Amino acid sequence: MDLGLPHFVLLSAFLFAVGVACLLTKRNAIGLLMGVELVLNAANLNLVAAARYWPDFRLEGQAFAVLVIVLAAAEAAIALAIFLHLYNTHATVNVDDANDLRS
Amino acid sequence: MAAVLFAIVAGLTAASAVGVLVHRGVVRSALSLLFTLVGVALCYFLLGAEFLGAAQLIVYVGGTLVLVAFGGMLTEAGPFAGPRVPAVGWVVGGGVGLGLFALLASASLHLARPPATPDGPLPGVAVLGLGFLGVTADPADRAFLFPFEIVSVHLLVVLVGAAYLARAKGRVRAPGVK
Repeated sequence: MDLGLPHFVLLSAFLFAVGVACLLTKRNAIGLLMGVELVLNAANLNLVAAARYWPDFRLEGQAFAVLVIVLAAAEAAIALAIFLHLYNTHATVNVDDANDLRS
Repeated sequence: MAAVLFAIVAGLTAASAVGVLVHRGVVRSALSLLFTLVGVALCYFLLGAEFLGAAQLIVYVGGTLVLVAFGGMLTEAGPFAGPRVPAVGWVVGGGVGLGLFALLASASLHLARPPATPDGPLPGVAVLGLGFLGVTADPADRAFLFPFEIVSVHLLVVLVGAAYLARAKGRVRAPGVK
């Protein structure tokens, strides 16, 4: 059996679904961040697979994958800064406890 | 040969992704995430995108994961304890995840076939870098100067914001925490 686009898209779909499940089940803020990383990696895998198997995307797929990697790193940095601030002010990173704005 | 390699790599990636989901402690989840990210990097190598595989290893495994691990260490109450997930959380999360995977998998099996799988390696880092600078050696290539500028400004703003937010000031301890 030849390796083709559907194989990589299937793996990407699985990673995406696991990432979304992670976002829904984890209550630890760092765990939520890991779910987001999984989702972004799934999207990136799709982009690179499209770059490999579609002639029109050979450059675009790779270029946007690089951009996504950079944005994911920036997102991790800002999210951890927010979580550290939350921990400093509330002594917890459980997102269910961060409900100060609830009326 | 490539199919066998892909099966091994995909199995490792999927299994460790499930590990991220089921482990409660941040440290164990981060360890599982390490294997997932390495598996995705191996997938990039299998697809022939060597630069992206290397960037994935350097930025994700070397940078982002260290950030996540340190964040876990600095905020974790106990070494392996996390908030216990209620059963309804597993039902909702697992149900949505399974439904989403079924939907995406059925959609991906009905994808249009690519016209013809192009031969030869993917454009290398030289073409990519020139594209990001807006210079294209071949007029058929496209340039990505504008997205590059947007991402550059975004990175600058994010780093300033992260440094501002994470400064240790106004520390308040909850009662009972030493």
